[in-house]
Amino acid sequence: MNQTDTIAAIATAAGNSGIGIVRVSGEEAISVVSRIFRPGKPDGRRDHEIKENVLLTAESHTIHYGFLFDGDEPIDEVLVMVMRKPKSFTAEDTVEIDCHGGMLVTRRILEAVLKAGARLAEPGEFTKRAFLNGRIDLSQAEAVIDLINAKNDYALKSSVGQLRGSLSKKIRNLRERILYEIAYIESALDDPEHISLEGYPERLLKTICGMEKELSDLIRSSKNGRVVAEGIKTVIIGKPNAGKSSLMNVLVGDERAIVTDIAGTTRDILEERISLEGISLNIVDTAGIHNTEDKVEQIGVSRALEAASGADLIIYVVDASISLDENDFRIMEFIKDKKAVVLLNKSDLEQTVSPDEIFRLSGHRAISVSAKEETGIDELEKRIRSMFYDGEIDFNDQILITSVRHANALREAHESILMVRDSIENGMPEDFFSIDLMNAYEKLGLIIGESVEDDLVNEIFSRFCMGK
Amino acid sequence: MPFVEETYDIAVVGAGHAGCEAALAAARLGFETIMFTVSVDSIAMMPCNPNIGGSSKGHLVRELDALGGEMGKNIDKTFIQSKMLNESKGPAVHSLRAQADKQDYTRSMRKVLENTDRLTIRQAEVSEILTEEIPDAKKTEKRRITGVRTYSGAVYHCRAVVLATGVYLRSRCIYGDVSNPTGPNGLQAANHLSDSLRANGIELFRFKTGTPARVDRRSIDFSKMEEQTGDEHIVPFSFSTDPAAVQKKQVSCWLTYTNEKTHEIIRANLDRSPLFSGAIEGTGPRYCPSIEDKVVKFPDKKRHQIFVEPEGNYTNEMYLSGMSSSLPEDVQFAMYRTIPGLENVKIVRNAYAIEYDCINPRQLNATLEFKNIEGLFSGGQFNGSSGYEEAAVQGFMAGVNAARKLQGKEAIVLDRSQAYIGVLIDDLVTKENHEPYRMMTSRAEYRLLLRQDNADLRLRKIGYEIGLVSEEQYRYVLWKEEAIDREIQRLEKTTLGVNDTVQDFLLRHESTPLKSGITLAELVRRPELDYDSLSELDPDRPELPDDVRVQVNINLKYEGYIKRQKQQAVQFKKLESRRLPKDFDYSAVKSLRLEAVQKLNLYQPLNIGQASRISGVSPADISVLLVYLEHQNRT
Repeated sequence: MNQTDTIAAIATAAGNSGIGIVRVSGEEAISVVSRIFRPGKPDGRRDHEIKENVLLTAESHTIHYGFLFDGDEPIDEVLVMVMRKPKSFTAEDTVEIDCHGGMLVTRRILEAVLKAGARLAEPGEFTKRAFLNGRIDLSQAEAVIDLINAKNDYALKSSVGQLRGSLSKKIRNLRERILYEIAYIESALDDPEHISLEGYPERLLKTICGMEKELSDLIRSSKNGRVVAEGIKTVIIGKPNAGKSSLMNVLVGDERAIVTDIAGTTRDILEERISLEGISLNIVDTAGIHNTEDKVEQIGVSRALEAASGADLIIYVVDASISLDENDFRIMEFIKDKKAVVLLNKSDLEQTVSPDEIFRLSGHRAISVSAKEETGIDELEKRIRSMFYDGEIDFNDQILITSVRHANALREAHESILMVRDSIENGMPEDFFSIDLMNAYEKLGLIIGESVEDDLVNEIFSRFCMGK
Repeated sequence: MPFVEETYDIAVVGAGHAGCEAALAAARLGFETIMFTVSVDSIAMMPCNPNIGGSSKGHLVRELDALGGEMGKNIDKTFIQSKMLNESKGPAVHSLRAQADKQDYTRSMRKVLENTDRLTIRQAEVSEILTEEIPDAKKTEKRRITGVRTYSGAVYHCRAVVLATGVYLRSRCIYGDVSNPTGPNGLQAANHLSDSLRANGIELFRFKTGTPARVDRRSIDFSKMEEQTGDEHIVPFSFSTDPAAVQKKQVSCWLTYTNEKTHEIIRANLDRSPLFSGAIEGTGPRYCPSIEDKVVKFPDKKRHQIFVEPEGNYTNEMYLSGMSSSLPEDVQFAMYRTIPGLENVKIVRNAYAIEYDCINPRQLNATLEFKNIEGLFSGGQFNGSSGYEEAAVQGFMAGVNAARKLQGKEAIVLDRSQAYIGVLIDDLVTKENHEPYRMMTSRAEYRLLLRQDNADLRLRKIGYEIGLVSEEQYRYVLWKEEAIDREIQRLEKTTLGVNDTVQDFLLRHESTPLKSGITLAELVRRPELDYDSLSELDPDRPELPDDVRVQVNINLKYEGYIKRQKQQAVQFKKLESRRLPKDFDYSAVKSLRLEAVQKLNLYQPLNIGQASRISGVSPADISVLLVYLEHQNRT
């Protein structure tokens, strides 16, 4: 929690139109961006020196055209606006990077900025700085506080909730092993006459190399978007034979959709991820909602509704060729005040249910589709897209930020582990290992929402027999 | 009824390691000071281990010395063996530890106290603190100290009191089913003060600690033990002790081990241990567990180390480090006698556990003044810490801050990036404390900066500002700083060309030969070389004292790490410098979470940094506080 270091965040709501803006603010804002920005075309003939420094010497409120790089690889064509303090929103040096939008590109740019030395902004931090630096009126102080609180609550809720079980397990396990090593070193430092570090660096080197590999695997998979379930949680509900599965197959089989398998699918809930033009959906197919005569199947209804209640978006599939029953009424009552799309499936058969009836009962405009003939699917996609872009589904920016936060923490943990390796190889004394091990431990803790507190002291005493 | 009534500036209750430092600081700063003890013969007594220093504790002693405390000087005069621990490790964890001649240590400290102007020593049990309401206090329950009353009824008026009662409050010594209502070594317990503290709204804990048996040297067979000698070259604790003066003949310690037989006896008698039977209610420290604790908690360990350490030059008593216990007397005999070399051992004093009242240190400000009683300070085991060194530094800070209060000066609070002392006190007053607190190097976030070798560079100036460091010592540190900088710059600028002398030197030191010119600084940074070894390549090197050369070497060698920690410390300081209002009601800050309001009201942190370390206060709460503060500033 530092008030003047350099922070960065995506300033545009994810999915909002075709432009993405990454905002960077703080003492080092300009030099951070200058490290990854090259003016002009990427293979232009400009002198290297000038390229490096054009932003550093830029006047306030000037716009620069060029490319943003991740290492040697260009990410996107961008416009960079330089605002020098105090003439910016935060009253600090600020750089805004306009890119071509799309979550992936904007996210990669943010990641590049973080790698270049900025820190990911806390929720509401730009506004907080603007206030602390006198840019925002006193009367708005409370609004600022509310904003910080609201954003934080959401970030906290989403942060851990988004982690897949297998990932948080892996990270917990890694942390446990790191903590053990720190505790071992520290107890030997505190009680050198009882605990010896003879031969320890060689042992640690092996452990560290293993950890290094695990972390780079995690980072690689985070690049494929697999670490965090960052999509919109979409639940498909409907009675059996309403056509949920065939609809899902259509969506999944659609050549515009990218399909990712998600591990850990349970027996009666199937989960898939598809991406519609940069909007990623995690689609959960619940077990069918059966008719009410069977007690056991009643539970099915409740369970499906329960799954749907945690969803960002509900797709409710109705078999339009048969009459609505009590289950349908129950579901429609349930989705009345929720983000939902109702599909009247089997438009290829004779229709007994009309869109008007659905609207009356659920408040949602139905779309007629035929999963079998693959008609109406375009309209479904269009509907989801427009709900997203209109901000009707507005959950995604925090989710996106969380995933950046996680990826960033993984990268920093990895760097720390590499530093431990270097320290061992350079023959540094053991107490230097624990400095970077502790760093890695803290960074990984950010991902699963755990801080350090008294972990180390507890670990030392529970694992190692110390003392006089 | 007539009674004695006197007036002093400052009263110090207790004459242990905390009390001594507090009283010395107060008197040396010009205040009429009275120090109470239940027994003048127990001044600066070492009732447990016979050593000063050790990992991270050695740092505390060094820091105390740099600030103008006495402990370092006193152990330099009275040690009988000295060792620099962790010498094969990084400079941050080198730590000095000396075996003391206990009697000599006590006698020597007493001599210093008795010859300090304005310091009065009085043997008496303080049974009450005297307080009064503060007329215009914002908080009505806040009171002010006016003096102390002894058990005999004598009243001592004063403007500040430092409580340093150690383990003496309602203390109880226990082994087996024996329970003596005394302090250590059968000294009189202080049984009345606790009630007076409670009546003044002070919350008390019950903590426990323990000590091993002392045995007769003549009954030990040392041939079955490994000899542990001191260092060949002795480094003094105090920055003002002449290193030449401490090079003396040292005594040895001895190492032996417990074995399965020892453990069997312990296991068979666990039901007779007051620790496990529930007869001991206090919470004990995890870092110095009793031998029965170790055997129960680490069943896989086949043996535990026992260090046999002399208690002094003029006694046959030996301390059995690692064998603290509260098992019954007969079990103690049986278990000690299973240990190689101790087969026929004679116990002089039994091992025992001791239980005592101490405070929840959350009630203190980081200045060590009670939040709710103005002028009342405290230090040492009374604050829930453990260890002579931990006690001494707190006593010193409490004494200094009591004096500064009377001087009308701002209190001295060292932060976590300045000193282990800062870490220790900050931990005590901001963290939940559930056991006697011991210093550990892993508790210091910036330990590369908080080295024992640079305590003078870190703290001499503050000691000078306090008024306990002489002009001469202060000037030396200023010169030293400059000399270090100058020499580092010279090494950064001096380039060596590729020539036979250099290549030959590198070859001899198994260092990669040069391809092009290199600075001397770069060579110092190579793991296999150091500043001293490079002297033969450096004909223009100025004559510099040892302590300057050491600093030059460390600063160059670990530059990268040190720089990183310095940057972190700078960030840390920014939050530390954002003050919070005193005696503030946090429920006035809208939007703070309820838990944060409760914790902040309870702890009343001095600044934003401290607030952020209180468990239950989230980063979002800190943001809210910052916005609130800014709002207040502008209106």
